[in-house]
Amino acid sequence: MLEINAVSRSFGDFVALNNVSLHIQAGEFFTLLGPSGCGKTTLLRLIAGFDQADSGQILLDGKPLCALPPEKRPVHTVFQSYALFPHMTVAENIAFPLRMAKMSKAEIAHRVTEVLNDVRLPDKAKHYPDALSGGQKQRIAIARALVNRPRLLLLDEPLSALDAKLREQMQIELINLQKEVGITFVYVTHDQGEALALSHRIAVMNKGEISQIDEPSVLYSYPDNRFVADFIGQCNILDAKVLSGNEQKVNIAIAGLGEIAATANPEITFKSGDNCALTLRPEKIRLAASLEAEPDEALFSGKVHDMLYLGDVTVYIIELANGVLIEAMLANDAPGRTRLFDTGDAVQIAWRIDAGHLVP
Amino acid sequence: MANKRPSKALLSAGILVYLFLYIPLAVVVIFSFNDSKLNAEWVGFTWKWYEKLIHNDSILRAAGNSLIIAIISAAMATVLGTLAGLAIHRGRQKWLPALVLGPIAMPDILIGVSLLLMFILLNVSLGMVSIILAHVSFCIGFVALAVQSRLAGMDQSLIEAARDLGASPWQSFRLISLPLLMPGIIAGAMMAFTLSIDDFVITFFTAGVGSSTLPLEIYSMVKIAVTPEVNAVSTLLMLVTLTLITALSKISPTVLRQ
Repeated sequence: MLEINAVSRSFGDFVALNNVSLHIQAGEFFTLLGPSGCGKTTLLRLIAGFDQADSGQILLDGKPLCALPPEKRPVHTVFQSYALFPHMTVAENIAFPLRMAKMSKAEIAHRVTEVLNDVRLPDKAKHYPDALSGGQKQRIAIARALVNRPRLLLLDEPLSALDAKLREQMQIELINLQKEVGITFVYVTHDQGEALALSHRIAVMNKGEISQIDEPSVLYSYPDNRFVADFIGQCNILDAKVLSGNEQKVNIAIAGLGEIAATANPEITFKSGDNCALTLRPEKIRLAASLEAEPDEALFSGKVHDMLYLGDVTVYIIELANGVLIEAMLANDAPGRTRLFDTGDAVQIAWRIDAGHLVP
Repeated sequence: MANKRPSKALLSAGILVYLFLYIPLAVVVIFSFNDSKLNAEWVGFTWKWYEKLIHNDSILRAAGNSLIIAIISAAMATVLGTLAGLAIHRGRQKWLPALVLGPIAMPDILIGVSLLLMFILLNVSLGMVSIILAHVSFCIGFVALAVQSRLAGMDQSLIEAARDLGASPWQSFRLISLPLLMPGIIAGAMMAFTLSIDDFVITFFTAGVGSSTLPLEIYSMVKIAVTPEVNAVSTLLMLVTLTLITALSKISPTVLRQ
């Protein structure tokens, strides 16, 4: 539905987007995720029409968008600052796109009431944006952007100004809203947790390029490269060298840990001698005072170097032989006060060889 | 912090400064109601200097001139200054701010002399038109400054949001930018009006026969003596200026708000 073909954009010497291509399906909740400066907002501004690409093409339903000014594109944006017009009431704000579309007064009034009910703020019609809370402004901004049914809704970090509790509630509302209206959402965020929670698919961006596009669970479990592994969630990334391997199993050498087995990455073939990295999620590591290795498990001894008590879980940084640090995580799911280990305690860790994922 | 009272020394210094500033003005006001030809001692209350003013043709003409000049030059400076403020904000030309705001910093006498030279060179006869042109030229900067500071405080995504939601560039200017800039534009217009009606130096150089303004007329009266009539007309001028300044300060909180 939205096709971005080989789009590049530079600002002076800074390359904001380098030959970016991606396809977004109709009805999809698609997220552009990456650290600040990765180009995600630039791409959003190109789609909205606030900026022009240096090269490449953007097609919506097969028709090129680039020649159209923002007001002629069936694309609306929810801004990070909400951008509600301060001199207009909530109802006037929502009516704005309908007025621009030359809709009749009666029709406008009808639609405004309807959409205010949808966002559950029917009594705020006559209020000015100043009098609204952050969450209410957010809902009005979304209502205003959706009221005349755009083909595409762009959302630029819309939840970043809200506190954590409200953010979670708004995330659920956004998911439900997108399901209800069926409009394609393109969502920009630097918050990987938010991206995982909301999206059908995520494009992880880094330095103006796309690192990987996949569904959240694929992205999390099978990152294509170190950047994605590191950016999404917590991850142990261990530099390694490929010793030998076949289609199922690869033997790798990790400095300080010696030779261990790992599952081959079906996407990439590693040759003996290649540099690679083993990516290992903390929650996939078993941790106990002493462990018995299961078949197909790698087992190491070490001691607790540091720990972070987070309430539901505790993150332990385990120091293995030769100073290798591995992050493991234990759920504090036993009843009562849980305090399993202390700094300096001797522990053992183990992981199944298919729990790790090899990346170049 | 908010509850902290200023020290006594600071308070009395402040009071002294304001006494120094306002006592002379108060004296002018008081003696404009004094029933004596001399500004020496209080004799009794009277309106007669104001009554004399109403029958003084040259003062009335000068006041009329001042008003016409102030209204026209404030209106012109407001339109041009607003456009200049918008252009400065767009920031396409680096030299534009210095060019527009320069006259604010320039000494009045310099502007006056140079404008006089230009009018003579271009064969513009000195009169209302030359005064208006002169006033517009030094007022533009103040309006531009007021508009531009308002623009700088405005969320730029508001304009993008308007375009995004279907407004043409002109619609987004008329429906979003203009209403939001209005406090700045009004503040600029009032500033221009006050500056124009009070101006002496530049007007002195650019006025011609029959186009005397109130400040010029007062000056020519004072050359002979500071009469109670001068006090009365000065009081009226002060009243107009104070009214505008008060209105301006009522508007400026809203200028600063967003």
